[in-house]
Amino acid sequence: MARLWLFEETIDTDVLAPGFYMKAPLAELAEHCLEAIRPEFASSVRPGDVVMAGENMGVGSSREQAAEVLKYLGVSAVIAHSFAGIFYRNAINLGLPALVLPADTPLPPELADGAEISFDFARSRLTLSEFDIDLECEPIPAFLKAMIDDGGLVPHLEKRFSTEAEL
Amino acid sequence: METLAQKIISHASASSSAQVGDVVVCSVDLAMIHDSGGPRRVKPILERLGRSVWDNHRVVVVTDHYVPVESDETRAIQELTRNWVTEQDISNFYDQQGICHVVLPERGHLAPGMFCVGGDSHSPTGGAFGAYMFGIGATEMAGVLATGEIWIKVPETILIHWSGHLSDYVTAKDMMLATCGRLGMGGGRYQAIQYAGEAIHDLDMQERMTMSNMAAELGGQAGLIAPDEVTIDYIRSVGGTVPAGWKSYQIEVPDRDGEVHYFDASALTPQIAAPHSPENADAAAAFKNTHFDVAYVGACTGAKYTDLKAAASVLKGRKIASHVTLKVAPASLRDQQRADAEGVMQILQDAGAEFLPNSCGICAGYGRDRLLDEQVCLSTTARNFKGRMGASTSQVYLASPYTVAASAIAGSMVDPREVTEG
Repeated sequence: MARLWLFEETIDTDVLAPGFYMKAPLAELAEHCLEAIRPEFASSVRPGDVVMAGENMGVGSSREQAAEVLKYLGVSAVIAHSFAGIFYRNAINLGLPALVLPADTPLPPELADGAEISFDFARSRLTLSEFDIDLECEPIPAFLKAMIDDGGLVPHLEKRFSTEAEL
Repeated sequence: METLAQKIISHASASSSAQVGDVVVCSVDLAMIHDSGGPRRVKPILERLGRSVWDNHRVVVVTDHYVPVESDETRAIQELTRNWVTEQDISNFYDQQGICHVVLPERGHLAPGMFCVGGDSHSPTGGAFGAYMFGIGATEMAGVLATGEIWIKVPETILIHWSGHLSDYVTAKDMMLATCGRLGMGGGRYQAIQYAGEAIHDLDMQERMTMSNMAAELGGQAGLIAPDEVTIDYIRSVGGTVPAGWKSYQIEVPDRDGEVHYFDASALTPQIAAPHSPENADAAAAFKNTHFDVAYVGACTGAKYTDLKAAASVLKGRKIASHVTLKVAPASLRDQQRADAEGVMQILQDAGAEFLPNSCGICAGYGRDRLLDEQVCLSTTARNFKGRMGASTSQVYLASPYTVAASAIAGSMVDPREVTEG
């Protein structure tokens, strides 16, 4: 069962992908993901888990490893009230769903760190499994959704180039 | 009425008039990459796509993050960078010449009206020259290098208007900390920030670069300043090309469609931002006597020639306090050479400064030189996120070069005017 990782604080790129480990392979960098604010995250996160934060998720550097480590660790989606622009683009380019939860969405008390969840990308919907509560995120624009469906920008371009070659 | 951002995007996307919210595909005039997010990341993607760079004259490569080389890993990154530049026949390669955002304009690569991307979040710095420039990640950069194109959602604009004139010892850095304090780090909402007002046009180009640079800290996509004679003189002085129609790149005041924030430069005092966000800004005087260990004059934001000169004007004939370390990493080799020729470096050295290479240095926290556990740093850099410059227990306060220099003398945080007028 997937779980929700709920963060109260603003998550910046430097806590996601600390500068000192940027020279290391992705696997090693990922071990230090969020360690400054949630030391157990990297070792405890499981494939399918969802990360949820408040405003300005991913503020800071342009380093796409900030999104890439989350994908590497198996995170299936990042949900926030708002995203820093570069992080948002990076996440989508890497095929990691980044969804905006409208700020006026009422947050049920059951929405807590560690809650069991399931995430439906096609419907932009997060479900709190134990309570059967759904949270609707803003739909991702179609052209970005197509990119995520392709697995990110690189496979998306591969597809485009192979289509162009056939013409 | 088109904003400056719309005008540049319309031109780059060859659309008659790009409307706010439209998603358009733009042709890229220039793509800048550095050793961290650049070749080591884009090379495998370009190989997978079976493409070379779309136009080797429109790509600029700078090494600045893994400088100096300290390990086999970083040596390998630099070798890969050099080999890739040769392989792609890229002549605009600046190896260990300084920080990309400072090197790019000083080598004449920027001009008003250009549409540019950079593989670094402080890429809005290019907006000081009237160029629409923004930061992107490495995968997206690989896409640009393969196609020469990028999609953009035509942004809303936020006008930041500074009237009046700055007092002595108050700088662009103070203006930006005050702006971050009022608007917050998310206040820019990935919009195009446009700076206007007499206080903006009073600034020299490097101070304008500080304004545009920290558009990143406001969460803006770009940080534009309309070109004027100061801009054009600078571009000519570095051998750049001035576009014939540069006078048409203006910022409409007030910007009809977007939000406007008014500031009064004459009322601004030196600012300090507390850990762990630039938005924690307040008057420097409010931090009086706050202890710190390391004074850092570094980064694209705070160690350009103008910044070094500002620090030296306070440090001249003075010594830093014995319990404080002052580290200076001039933002570019050219800026350092100019400062050296004018005696600025000597003043800094005589005051007790240690010099670091012309690179991102401690600001990026990539290297061995970083903040230790519990260390407190007062820094001219742009961001003070938890753990960014070293240990997660370290703390960073942000300020101008004047304030950092004066505080290094005082031995604790101080409004620089207390030192200079005391």
